[in-house]
Formats: sequence, C-alpha cells, structure tokens
Amino acid sequence: MKARVHVMLKNGVLDPQGEAVRHALGALGFAGVDGVRQGKVIELDLAETEKDKAEAAVRDMCEKLLANTVIESYTVELS
Amino acid sequence: MKVGVIVFPGSNCDRDLADAFRKAGADVTMVWHKDTTLPVGLDAIGIPGGFSFGDYLRCGAIAAQSPICRAVVDFANRGGFVIGICNGFQVLCETGLLPGVLMRNAGLKFICRAEGLRVETTDSPFTSAYSKGDEVTIPIAHHDGNYSAEADLVARLKGEDRVAFSYLDNPNGSAGDIAGVLSENRRVLGMMPHPERAVDSAQGNTDGAAVFTSLVGAMATA
Repeated sequence: MKARVHVMLKNGVLDPQGEAVRHALGALGFAGVDGVRQGKVIELDLAETEKDKAEAAVRDMCEKLLANTVIESYTVELS
Repeated sequence: MKVGVIVFPGSNCDRDLADAFRKAGADVTMVWHKDTTLPVGLDAIGIPGGFSFGDYLRCGAIAAQSPICRAVVDFANRGGFVIGICNGFQVLCETGLLPGVLMRNAGLKFICRAEGLRVETTDSPFTSAYSKGDEVTIPIAHHDGNYSAEADLVARLKGEDRVAFSYLDNPNGSAGDIAGVLSENRRVLGMMPHPERAVDSAQGNTDGAAVFTSLVGAMATA
C-alpha cells in the first residue's frame, strides 16, 4: 500500500520560511493571507498490505526519522 | 590522547578539526561513517561541520542514523568526550545526545562571519582553559543555527550551568542566545561557532584554541 506522511512544524513553533512566503504573497498583491505554514509531504510505497500494520510501521518511521518530534508533528494517510 | 574525527559524505570541516586537535597535542584518526565500530582506545570524538548527506530531510538527520553514530551514542553513554561543531551540533541534537534542535536562522540568511561569544562556564572539559565571562570571537557559518528549545528547557540548561557559550549579539534567533550546550554529564558539547577556524595566527585569530587545549588536558587527567 501507499502512505503519505505530512510533516508540519508544531503550532507555536515560529516558521520563518512560512513568514517569508506570506510576505512575498503580500508583495505580489494577494491580500488577506493572514498566515502561511510550510511543511513536507513524504510518499512511501510499502510492501505491507495490512492497513493496521502499515500504519504502525509508518508511525514508527516518523518517530525515528521522518519527523523531529521536538518541533514537528506528523499525520499519516494510507491508501 | 587519541581523537576520532567522524567523516560523513558532505563533511567539509573534518580536516580543519583534525588539525586543531593535532595542534593541541592529540593523535587523530579519521573515522568513516559506514564503519560500525570506533577505533580502539579513543578518548574523544569530534563531529565536524559541513552538510552531511546534503542536509536532506533535516540537517544532521540522516547522519544521526548512520552506522557510526550508533557507536558514537554508545561511546557518549559510557562517558566518552564528544564535541560536535556546526553540522556536528545538529547531528548530536538529532541523535538525542543533546536536547533541542537547530532550526533555520530567524533572518533566513546563511551567515558567515566572526561572531562575539561569551564563555558561560568553565566547568566542562571543553572550556576549562577559558575564564568564566571571557568574551571571544569565533567564526560562524550556518543557515540552520537557530537553537530552538522550550522556555522550560532553556531555563533548565541555564540553571544546570549547561550553556557553554552564548552569543553577545544573537545573529540567528537562538533561544536564550545559546551558541553551545553541554550534555547532562557535561562530556558532550555541541556548538554552532567554529573554534577550529580560530586556532592559528595564520587564521588571524586564536580564540578557539582553548577548546582543544581544554579537551586534551581533560583527556590527560581522565
């Protein structure tokens, strides 16, 4: 199955890159963008066919490598 | 006194770090990241600056999972001396040997210049040859040097006298102006500034030399 992992900075962690994007959007004339947060999407192609096992494995991958849980949170979607 | 300097693909301060240790009187062995064991009889390990694994995923994240880093973590947990500079600091945070994380500089720019630091403690094997409160100038060169830690962690680090160096004029947004931090047992130091770039009069500055002479002195008495 396929997994899609979204890694985002946790709420409350300042995202200087998102802020820079927000300023650039304002400079381009896009009014009313109150906030921008930038993150990562990681797609995984898995041999596992059982959804529960796949989800457990991907969560373990997130904890150990894909996210730094000091500052980042993650969500896992399976399909 | 035997020091191992770890070399990752993308390390670029490894030879400078080795030279700084040799100048302070240590024997240096370069250690490749794919090795699974450290050379026998090491007293200290240096993790150099650079862009290990191209900073893919997060700075230091891939290096922290490399075979040699498991051996480095074991070495540190046995009480070995470890210093990580710049990318080496990022690697140490990713291994969990040091708390916190290095994020993108608050001003978003790569900063490469000499920076003023204050020596906050001499109670460590890396700073014993300084005097507390010394103001030194050490080069910085990083894009991701913004030390991020929750307020209670910063307070704990300060309370436990684990801030080794702080910035006089915070260049990158680091919490608590922290430039270098010690582990709980004080035998692991991570710092963003590059003391190995300030050890010889030919570099125009020798303010960093005491980091290496301190450590070589500590190894001699350990």
